[in-house]
Amino acid sequence: MTTFAADTVTVFSRELRPVLRNPASIVFSMVQPLFFLALFAPLLPDTPDGSSALQWFVPGIVVMSCLFGTSMTGSNLLFEMQTGSHERMLVTPLRRPALLVGRALKEIVPMFAQAALIVAVCVPFGFEVHLGGALLGLAVLAAFCVGLGALSYTLALASKNQEWLFWTVQQTLLFPLLLLAGMLLPVEGGPGWLQTAARFNPLTYVVDAERALFNGEVAAATTVTGALAAVAVGALGLAVGVRAMRRSA
Amino acid sequence: MIETHELTRHFKDVRAVDGIDLRVAEGELVALLGPNGAGKSTTLRMLTTLIPPTSGTARVAGFDVTRQQRQVRQHIGYIGQGNGAAHSQRGRDELISQGRAYGLTVRAARARAAELIDSLGLGEVADRTVSTLSGGQRRRLDIAMGLIHAPRLLFLDEPSTGLDPQNRANLQEHIVALRREHGTTILLTTHYLDEADSLAERVIVVDHGRIVADDTPDRLKAVHAGDRVVLTLATGADADRAAALSARVPAATVTRGGRTLHIAVPGAPALVPGLLADLRADGVTVAAVEVSRPTLDDVFLNLTGRSLREGAPVAADLDLVGA
Repeated sequence: MTTFAADTVTVFSRELRPVLRNPASIVFSMVQPLFFLALFAPLLPDTPDGSSALQWFVPGIVVMSCLFGTSMTGSNLLFEMQTGSHERMLVTPLRRPALLVGRALKEIVPMFAQAALIVAVCVPFGFEVHLGGALLGLAVLAAFCVGLGALSYTLALASKNQEWLFWTVQQTLLFPLLLLAGMLLPVEGGPGWLQTAARFNPLTYVVDAERALFNGEVAAATTVTGALAAVAVGALGLAVGVRAMRRSA
Repeated sequence: MIETHELTRHFKDVRAVDGIDLRVAEGELVALLGPNGAGKSTTLRMLTTLIPPTSGTARVAGFDVTRQQRQVRQHIGYIGQGNGAAHSQRGRDELISQGRAYGLTVRAARARAAELIDSLGLGEVADRTVSTLSGGQRRRLDIAMGLIHAPRLLFLDEPSTGLDPQNRANLQEHIVALRREHGTTILLTTHYLDEADSLAERVIVVDHGRIVADDTPDRLKAVHAGDRVVLTLATGADADRAAALSARVPAATVTRGGRTLHIAVPGAPALVPGLLADLRADGVTVAAVEVSRPTLDDVFLNLTGRSLREGAPVAADLDLVGA
């Protein structure tokens, strides 16, 4: 019999394989973030200290691209539940938690690829990368991604054969989360209620941390709070997801 | 290989499976036959650990389906109603992933995948995306996935549903070959009569979540539905005399409707020539004769009062007798 780690690796590699076979698929979920980058960023004024607005905007777009791609990932499972492929996995001796953890961990790979692509596109336009900070930022984002992916799979398991339910919930949550995190425009200038709502959005702390880290501020309080928020989302997502997967079938 | 005791599954108020006692010995090829909703698939899903029983116990391949799920899963193969391979994957990749799931090394999984691709004639399509495969090709891939770890016990849930006759015949050949060459124990569900009849040595008829009969197809037919002779006579007077004469045939039950006689009698094919000769000697003119052997549908009809064929009017065959 296999170990939990081996089971997770099996599920992880299986999930990753279609991505590796068709790397262009990574770009599809990036189309929207890239449009925001191309059409929204030129409208931003330069920051008071004279640095490029990209410095503020790009980390947010990196998180956005992760948010778009990862929140949709449950639709793969939804489809596999409809065709019988998920049932096929359930009848194997693979441990139920591994069925979820392996899938959720795979989300890290497209996230890294997309982040690298966005940064590469922005550097020629004056975006400065602090490599150490950026890598740490991606590590924080990875924890968030795993949690979000797990939640997306949970939503798929809960939706069962009602595909509309999955998309309705996903779309309804996506934009409030995104806007309340101050990803496109700073929340600081908004009314009090909006600022309060933003404080309850874990994504706010992740986005703030990404901005600090991409700017090389590794030892900042924002970084620590952001990392904690990301790890909390990761842990919560996995806990909820594993529970849902155990009950699946 | 399989032993259940009072196996039961309720869905809310519906008793999908209502106390099934089943024993399948090593090397048997058994068909669970019944209409849609009879509880066949639910039984199979409990035996394969996909759903827990509401009550009762089942041991499969030596392990308890509720307490030793992983061991059961490790030792059985399952081919469900849907497609096992994900549409975004390639067939060979899915086979290797399956092999890894059962604990094969990468090398062993690759070798086994290649072997199955070869024996199921999937060589040309194994490295294509599953979504581009035809229904028959996907079904063969499903079989390959179910066999990746060479299980001693294989479950097939409605294996030929949705297949054209050629692919269905092909699938049945694979099942028979598996049994012949590897001695695999096979339990399949079907609502195709011909499939149960030609494939299985033992047919278990299920209705309303219970086993209503369990025997070889031939014995089921002999016990639960006899041979039938339908005689059409030239005139009403002929019919009178023929009815009197055929009533003397041992063990025959005669029903009359106008100029048509319906005679239920065991061993009909051997009796008919003698009967016809007697009628002729008596001056009776027979316009037409038809001898029908029972089918499993007759068995089902006899056991439950309903036809297995979907949409068939209830007791359609009996109506013909009176016509």
